Parts: sequence; structure tokens; C-alpha cells
Amino acid sequence: MAQPVDARLQLEAVRLTALYGRRAAVKDVSLLFPAHTVTAVIGPSGCGKSTFLRCLNRMHELSEGGWVTGAVLLDGADVYDADVDPVQLRRRIGMVFQRPTPFPTMTIYDNVAAGLRVNGRRSRGDLDAAVERALRQAALWDEVKDRLKKSALDLSGGQQQRLCIARALAPEPEVLLLDEPTASLDPAGTQRIEELCHDLKRRYTIVIVTHNLQQAGRVSDYTAFFYLGDLVEVGRTEELFTKPAKEQTEAYITGRFG
Amino acid sequence: MSGRSLRRHVTSGLMTGLVAVLSFTAVLALVLILGDLIAKGASSLNWDFFTKNPVPTGQTGGGVANAIVGTGVIVGLAALFGLPVGVGTGLYLAEYGSGRLGWIVRFVADVLNGTPSIVIGIFAWTWLVRPMKGYSALAGSVALAALMVPMIARTTEEMVRLVPHSLREAALALGYPRWRTSLRVVARTALAGIVTGCLVGVARIAGETAPLIFTALGNQNFTTNITQPMQTLPHQIYEYATGPFEEWHRLAWASALVLMGLVLLLGVTARWAIRQRHGAAR
Repeated sequence: MAQPVDARLQLEAVRLTALYGRRAAVKDVSLLFPAHTVTAVIGPSGCGKSTFLRCLNRMHELSEGGWVTGAVLLDGADVYDADVDPVQLRRRIGMVFQRPTPFPTMTIYDNVAAGLRVNGRRSRGDLDAAVERALRQAALWDEVKDRLKKSALDLSGGQQQRLCIARALAPEPEVLLLDEPTASLDPAGTQRIEELCHDLKRRYTIVIVTHNLQQAGRVSDYTAFFYLGDLVEVGRTEELFTKPAKEQTEAYITGRFG
Repeated sequence: MSGRSLRRHVTSGLMTGLVAVLSFTAVLALVLILGDLIAKGASSLNWDFFTKNPVPTGQTGGGVANAIVGTGVIVGLAALFGLPVGVGTGLYLAEYGSGRLGWIVRFVADVLNGTPSIVIGIFAWTWLVRPMKGYSALAGSVALAALMVPMIARTTEEMVRLVPHSLREAALALGYPRWRTSLRVVARTALAGIVTGCLVGVARIAGETAPLIFTALGNQNFTTNITQPMQTLPHQIYEYATGPFEEWHRLAWASALVLMGLVLLLGVTARWAIRQRHGAAR
């Protein structure tokens, strides 16, 4: 993998092992996410790709019995250092989940503003501007600008997912983690999210977990293949898909298992 | 129709009939009680009934204004004490109560839930009435609050547990501290359920008599002083119903009707509150 020059926004997992109690779900994975790239994490169900993603913003430790060894470097500093507050860290690393999770009691506006408000009070004007910016980045602004005060649940599934992306983007994170963001969407909704990935990597570093190989091929610069908790192979997406180095990878991408 | 199919149909018909009869019986009890109350109590309901205090024995007329206001004050105070504690406990149990302490709290709440209310009354008498050297509305409120807390705590816990885990995760991933996630996202999402639980709890204690016998005692006069004995509707009903006068019996029926009406009103409000929430946030 080419070493990037820009160390800012760069995320790196170093010998990361994620465990549930005594069972390791991710084993000794080292993986670099260069700034302004999209990295797809693929692999069959239960291969540890989601768990791996959740280690990057320290969500894994909130799971029952979840703990890790190894390091995750964001801008060169280990996010697992004792003096790092995981709550503060999660404001620097946005995350979007498999199913849209808008806060049902909040309006569209309040959903997007939620991450900003939790960061401290801001002026009305600031908040308005930030909400609009985030909604524009998530390509949702035109669809919702006239109904910002409506319940977020009035939106379609695809819109809800883009709302969640806007909500994750509003606090201006450095990294965006997407955990199978299109798994519950129709093809049109999927396409919009994929197009978004292309636009968003200019500002953010993106890691996307997907079980859809075509999607990985379409959106990512790099692809990492996980199997049974191991990182089998990582490389530029077109190389990994056209001439994979490992037999397991080839078997998976040609559909022989998984 | 083959034999097996026929048997299936007959069994199905019998079972459907059985549950229909059973549910009819359940509803019948309510209808009979309400019908009886209306038949025997409605005729005594008039403006005086709601605005006047009881008149001395032997005279006719008068009302139960003191008991209506007393029930309002005592139940209101009980809600003031009990709701925050109950909801807080429920939230704690649902969000942080997976450990040993949570298990203990849950166990105590369940035991308390099954404790006869008269025992709670004796407890309040021992700890409040005796040290304060006198019966008081305040002691009654505390007894009712103690009765309400475990009930509210358990319903709140159930309601909060219904909030999808994914919502909790979404808030945490956004950089919400745990306590803010609990309050701002989880509790608010469960709010309709929590409010219903609270209203049902309040309705439940509004009809309690036993814990008030040793605490609020009852009072033939109108008072809003919570350090003094105070009349309540259930207690009024008890006194009038056990008294020797025909006039009293009529007033007891009417009081019961009013009490039932208040409880029903709370129930309907609870339903309405849910409907509103679901209308807005589907």
C-alpha cells in the first residue's frame, strides 16, 4: 500500500486484537487508512469486520465483555492511551450504522444538531449554518430544507440513512466509519450513499464495512479482506479484485464461499 | 371434510368460544361495578356534593369537597415524592442495573410490589406518625409514595428496555456521554411508556385505603394543612359505607362513583398521551 504524505486525518490500526471475554473476534490486525481515501472492509458474516470497525472509535469496549489489545493511531496518537477520553474521541470519528438510527423524538434539524449541542452551546446562527452544511454534504439539504422541524421518522429509509450521515458529519469529524450503511436500503438509496462516499473523501478519511463486493469495488480505493478474525489481504481495490495474492481472497471474491 | 380437519375446526371453535366467554366475564365485572355505581350514586351527585363539606350526623345535604381535595393533595404529594424516585430507579435498572446492585434493587422492588398495602401503612405509622406525634396527610403521602415507587420503577425499566439498542449506540458514537444518552435519547424515546406507567401508578394509589387508615386518618373538616389529618375519598367511602345511616350510604355510592371517575380519567389520559406520542413520532 502506498504510504501517504499527509499524516493528518490518517488512521492506523497496529497489531489490534479485539476480544469478547476470552474469545478473539479480530486477531492481530495491522492496517493503515491513508488520509482522504475510502477503504472497504469485506469478508463473510462473522469475520470480525464490524467488530474491527467498532474498535476504531472505541465502541467495541461498550459491548458485553469487549476489550482490545494493540493500538489505533489517529494523527499519530494512540486512541487507547489512558488520557484519551473515549467520549471526546467519538466526536472526532463519526459512525453510521447498518440500519438508519435517527433519534425518533427529535426533528430533522435537532437530529443533525445533536452532535453539535452535546459538544457545548453554540449560537443559533452557528448551529443553523453547521446543520445546513452537514445536510448539504450528505446530499439531503434540497429534500428536507422546507421541513427541518418535522419528525425525522417522516423521511424514507434512504433519507434517514443520509440524515444519519449528516448527523455524523455535523461535528466535523476527521474519520467517518460506515458499518454496512446500505444494508437496509433499496438500490436508489444505495447509489446515493455510494456517490456520497466519493464526495466525502475529499474532506474525510472513510472506512466502509460492506458485504457487497460490487459496492466495495465501486466506492473504495483500498480493500481489506477479513476471514475468521484475520486480515487476509489488503491492497488497492482494483488489484485485489483482479489479481488477489491469496487463494482465500480469490475464492471469496469469485463467490466460491462466504 | 375429513375427520382430522373436522376435529381441528371443532377444537378451534370451542377454544374461540371459551376465550370469548372468559373475556366477556372480565368485562362484565367492570360493567356491573360501573353500572351499580351509576345507578346508586349518580342521583346523589350535584353541585353541593362537590363543593360542600360533610354536615353533622342527622342533617341531610352536604358533600365531600374535603375528601376530593384531600385525595388531590395526598395523591399529588405522593406523586411528587414517588414519581422522580420511581422513574429514576427504573432508568437506573434498565441502563446500569446489570450488576449485583441492580439485581438487589430489582429484587427489593419486586418484594415491595407484593407487599400488602396495609403493611406499608404500618411502616409509615412507625416511622412518621409516631415520631411526629400525630396523624398527618404528609405521612399518608409518604405511604402512598412508597407503594408507588416499586411499581413505577418496574414499568419504567420495562419501557426503557424497549428502546432499541441501536439508538443507544448511535448516541454514544456521536460522542454523547453515557448519562446524556440515557436521559436525552433513551428516556425521551421511552417517554410515552414512562408517562403511562406513571399515570397507571397514580391511578392505582388513588384508590388505596389501607395505608391511609394509620397515616392520614381522615377528617370531617376541610383542610389543606398537610401536617394535619386529612380526608380522602377511599376513606370517606369506608366511613360512610360502614355507617348506619341511609343518607351516608347514598353519599358513599356517590363518592365511589367520583373516585372511579377520577381513576378512569387518569387511564384515558394515559391512553391519549400515548396516542399523541405515536401520532407525532409513529
